[in-house]
Formats: sequence, structure tokens, C-alpha cells
Amino acid sequence: MNNILEEKILEVKNLKTYFYTDGGVVKAVDGVNFDLKMGETLGIVGETGSGKSITALTILGLIPIPPGRIESGEIIFEGQDLLKYKISNLKHFRGNKISMIFQDPMTSLNPVFTIGYQIIESILAHQNVTKKQAYAQALELLDMVGISDRKKRMKSYPHEFSGGMRQRAMIAMAIANSPSILIADEPTTALDVTIQAQILELLDTLKKKTNSSVILITHDLGVIAKYAERVMVMYAGKPVEFASVDDIFYKPLHPYTLGLIGSISKLNEEKKERLKPIKGAPPSLIDLPKGCTFASRCKFAVKKCKENFPPAIEEETGHFTACFRAKEFMDGSLSRD
Amino acid sequence: MPTEENILIKVKNLKKYFNLRTGFIFNKAAGSVKAVDDISFFIKKGETFGLVGESGCGKSTAARLVLRLLQPSAGEIYYKGINILKLKRSQMFKYRREIQIIFQDPYASLSPRMTIGDIVSEPLEIHRVGDRSSRLKRIKETLKIVGLNPEHINRYPHEFSGGQRQRVGIARALVLQPELIICDEPVSALDVSVQAQILNLMVDLQKEFNLTYLFIAHDLSVVKYVSNRIGVMYLGKIVEIAASEDLYKKPLHPYTMGLLSAIPIPDPNLERQRKRIILPGDVPSPINPPTGCRFHPRCPNAQEICSKQEPELKNYTENGNDHFAACFFAGKPI
Repeated sequence: MNNILEEKILEVKNLKTYFYTDGGVVKAVDGVNFDLKMGETLGIVGETGSGKSITALTILGLIPIPPGRIESGEIIFEGQDLLKYKISNLKHFRGNKISMIFQDPMTSLNPVFTIGYQIIESILAHQNVTKKQAYAQALELLDMVGISDRKKRMKSYPHEFSGGMRQRAMIAMAIANSPSILIADEPTTALDVTIQAQILELLDTLKKKTNSSVILITHDLGVIAKYAERVMVMYAGKPVEFASVDDIFYKPLHPYTLGLIGSISKLNEEKKERLKPIKGAPPSLIDLPKGCTFASRCKFAVKKCKENFPPAIEEETGHFTACFRAKEFMDGSLSRD
Repeated sequence: MPTEENILIKVKNLKKYFNLRTGFIFNKAAGSVKAVDDISFFIKKGETFGLVGESGCGKSTAARLVLRLLQPSAGEIYYKGINILKLKRSQMFKYRREIQIIFQDPYASLSPRMTIGDIVSEPLEIHRVGDRSSRLKRIKETLKIVGLNPEHINRYPHEFSGGQRQRVGIARALVLQPELIICDEPVSALDVSVQAQILNLMVDLQKEFNLTYLFIAHDLSVVKYVSNRIGVMYLGKIVEIAASEDLYKKPLHPYTMGLLSAIPIPDPNLERQRKRIILPGDVPSPINPPTGCRFHPRCPNAQEICSKQEPELKNYTENGNDHFAACFFAGKPI
């Protein structure tokens, strides 16, 4: 971790994205704060509906408005607040300086255009080059992402590719304009494990080669442990813990993080220990409970947890957590079991 | 060695080929998908046998064959010593009651138009168990066992969360007091915190009712957690069968090694030290599988013989536990 420059490349402050639906206001992202440093991989973990994808989509200005609305916040990239830009001007950043790899390579490629056309399109959209130059670049990109038989593959349609190959093509498109930030939203969830390993290794190598920063969104704690340097844990639209990957796994301070770690079966475990699940299910985002959103599932909850949402406090350098009882975990007066 | 008596189900040389046809009018035969190609395994009473593999390896087809939801192309399935493939429909009915299934997607496997009471009661009605009031009593008991409130008997599936729906699915499988439950990816559609609840429930139920599970999943860490023994499938074949501890500690087949190595362990320090084996390439098509060992195009250890001859499952036991692998160079590190 010592090779990371301490320079912040992206800063998100108090971001709130709500959706106005017939059923009520869905607070999908409700006060997210984080920063991304040059060259680092930031992991965002959380379960379905925790707001991790909406955070990413908001950064890229891809939230449909209406029903969505960005209530407040700042997204500071290269000294400018992206939220102040008109959507039409955002394309200067989108796919260029910040690009995204989506979860499902089956649906995020256009089935009626060839792979080559789609890669060239993303190059021509942002660079002042001729079609011929773009074609050469696209060939080079396919080589970088490990697709062989490139000239033939340029003419192939997405349905002729396997899942892993499609994801490689997606990555080629995403890195076409050497972005400084790559957002990967569950890049391997739709893929088999051996292919997942190939894709994640590829992303990691490319990141190091191009010195870009990666935001890795996943629900898989194993992937986080392997690739992330810092981690934000989200629950019901709010970040509940933000720390280095070691602190998250070895010194978690939020009961939800603890619960997540207790819920997974570990391949390397010698004796079979009973899983310690979190009771209940995540709350509905339309009708969030008063106080801490996790309180009803939390075995450490006390009276004040049900009254106010705990503020995020930096308990030790670089380790933020939003829990009233974090201090007790810190000094050991409250056991994590 | 297991004695014949405590073996609940035994599968021998099971095959399922799906014929492919081409053309709209002339409907010519065009080869076949060898979804399950000559697999054999047994499950002892009270144990959990896990089947793992990537998508398309035939694990779900194997499950459906054991249930006889699909008719095998060849092979034998012995349930309590009786070849159930030879049974007539009416004779099979009796065994259907003893073999149940839990499906993957709790959103799709429950009818949205039926209340959960109706859903859980349906198996009882089909098998004409008890009268109305005794059925109701049994349904309520079963709902309670799986951790649902029996008062919710008149609610519809959409009123429940994913985890609760999967509990309904489990209740439906459990209500007939089966011997064997086939679990086809029972937790892969659920969030991790809910997965753990369901896995714990399944382990508890197994102890309480002495159930036998055939547990199918793609997630090896989940399979390892619940299973006593594990079979690893690749392109329609079982390539390795071992006790779950042995499989993790001493994998013999290169595919198992690659699979184990591909799964990141949620422990950052360990991950930094671990050397990863990345298997190259994609899983080939089961329509036209590679000759010889089906894994050879992706195998770092492959030699000439691997592309010519098909390795058989052989027992490489060391500590008394059976440990089968189908590889000419079993145990050779990659």
C-alpha cells in the first residue's frame, strides 16, 4: 500500500440520491461520503439494495431523472463538482476519464453491432483520431485484455462470445480512453469462478499498468480481501464503516460488518464452525426505521440506537464507523462475539 | 467402506443426452448435448453429498435425473436397493414422496397465486395424507419448524422476503417427511447474511429429522460447509469425489486445484500470501467435448495421453477415506 500517492482523485461528499415512486420516496443513497486515492482499489460492499450501484451510477450521471433526484452532495473530480455540470456536458468525463464496467456482459453490449464497432465507437467519441487509427487502437486493446485471433474477433457479434470474453470486451471498451477512474460494478457476478479469477486478475494488472484507480463494487468479501486496499461497507443507503481492508476484516467496528464476516463460510476453515447469521432481513428503503437503520437486526443495539442515526466518527486514523458502540469495541469493553 | 444397507441412493453410469435438432420443417438430428455423461456416485443415509461445478457442467441435470423429472438416456438409479428407473408411474409415486427438491430461485418456484398454506399443503393433498384438519395442523407445525410464523398461512409469496420464501420452499419439501432432499442451488439467489440463516436451518433440520441431502451448488465454500463428501463435475463428468476436508486439503484433480485456487478467501493476509492458479480458457461446449480427458485443453499438466485416452475414476485413498479422481497425473501439483 506504500506505493499509493496520497493524492485524492475523487471525493464524494454527503451524496443523497432519492427515487420518487408511487409507493413513496426510496432513499437509495442517503449521505455517502468517501474519497478515492490515486492508484488505489476502493471496495464497496453491501447486500442487494444497499445503494452501492446507485452510488456508482450517480457519479457517472446515469440516474434517470425523474423518478430519481440527487438531493444533495458534491462529487469532486479534478477540482470540479460533477453535480454542477449539465448532463449533456458530462459526456466529457463519462467513458473518458471515468468509465464503468457493468455486471452483466450479456445485456450491456449491443447485440446488433460488432465488438469492433463498439470499441471503435468509444474511441471515436472521445479522441480526435481517424477511423483507421481507432481500429489499430482497438486491436491493441483486444490484445491487452487477452483476446486472441483479434482481427476475426473485431468482426464478431456479442452472441458469438462467451461470458468471460464479453466481459473482456467490456473492459477493452472501458479502458479505451485510459480513464483515471474505473468503476467495476459486480464485474464477475455473472461469471463462473475460474473465469471470475481470470477477469479480476486482468483488471488488477491493467490497473497497475495504467496507474488508474478502481472502485470495485461487490457483495463477495473474498474478492474484497484479495483486491481492495480500502473498503466502504454500506447498509440501507448509508455507509456504516470505512477503513483499510485489514481493519475491516481483523478489527471491524460496526456490528453489520461483524455480521457479514460471520455469515460467510470460509473455504480454509479446519473445523466446521456454525455460521453466525444476522437475524432478519434488510429494511425497506421506503419506510426506513427511525434511528440506526441496522438497530432492529443488531444484537448490540441499545436505546439510543433506535432514536438517532449515529454519526460517522473516525475512531482511529482512517477508520470511520457509524455506530454508538464502536468505542466499546475499540477499547475491548464490548466483546465482538 | 459403506455397507449396502446404509446407502440410500446409488447412481450407476448415469447418462443424459439431449438431442439437438436443426431446421424448422425437416427437423434433422444434429448431434446431442452430453449434459451428464456416465456418472456414478452413492449417498449414505444421513449424509450430505455435494455436487459442485461451473454452469453447464450437468449438476442440475443430475439432480433432475435422480428425481426422475428427466428420463436418463442410460444408467441405473438405486433407491434403497431398488432400481427406480424400472418402476412404473404408479409404483414411482410412492418414492416421489420420499425424495423432495428445493429449488434455486425462491422468486420463481412459488406460485404467486397460491397462499403459502396452499403451497405447503399441495404435496399432502397429492399424496392424500390425512384429512383437512390434520393437514392444517401439519402445515402449521412445518412452518414453525422452518422459522415462519404459522399465522402467516394465508399470506401470498410476494409478502415475504427472499429468505422467507426459501423457507417456504423448504417447508414444502419437508412436509411429507422425506428421506432425501435434493437441494439445487438453494442459497445462491440470496444475500450473504440471509444465506447463512438458510444454511444453518438446513443443517439443523438434517440433524433433527435424519435427512439425507444431495446438495448442488457452484459455490465451493458453501458446498464444503454443508457436505460430508463432495463430487466435482466438469463437462458432464465427475472428475473427483472425496470427503470435503480431503478435497480441500489434498485435491488430486487439476480442475479441483484450479477451482479451489480461484475462490478468494475472505482473509486479506492469507490472500496476499496465496499463490493463485489461473486456469486459462473457457469451458468447452458439451455438444462437442474434447477427446480424451475433457479438461485437457485447459490443463497445465496435460500430456499427449490426456488428449487420446479418457482417464477413469480411480481410488487414491490414503487415510481410509475414499478419494476418487479421474486423472492420469492425479495429485501432481500445477
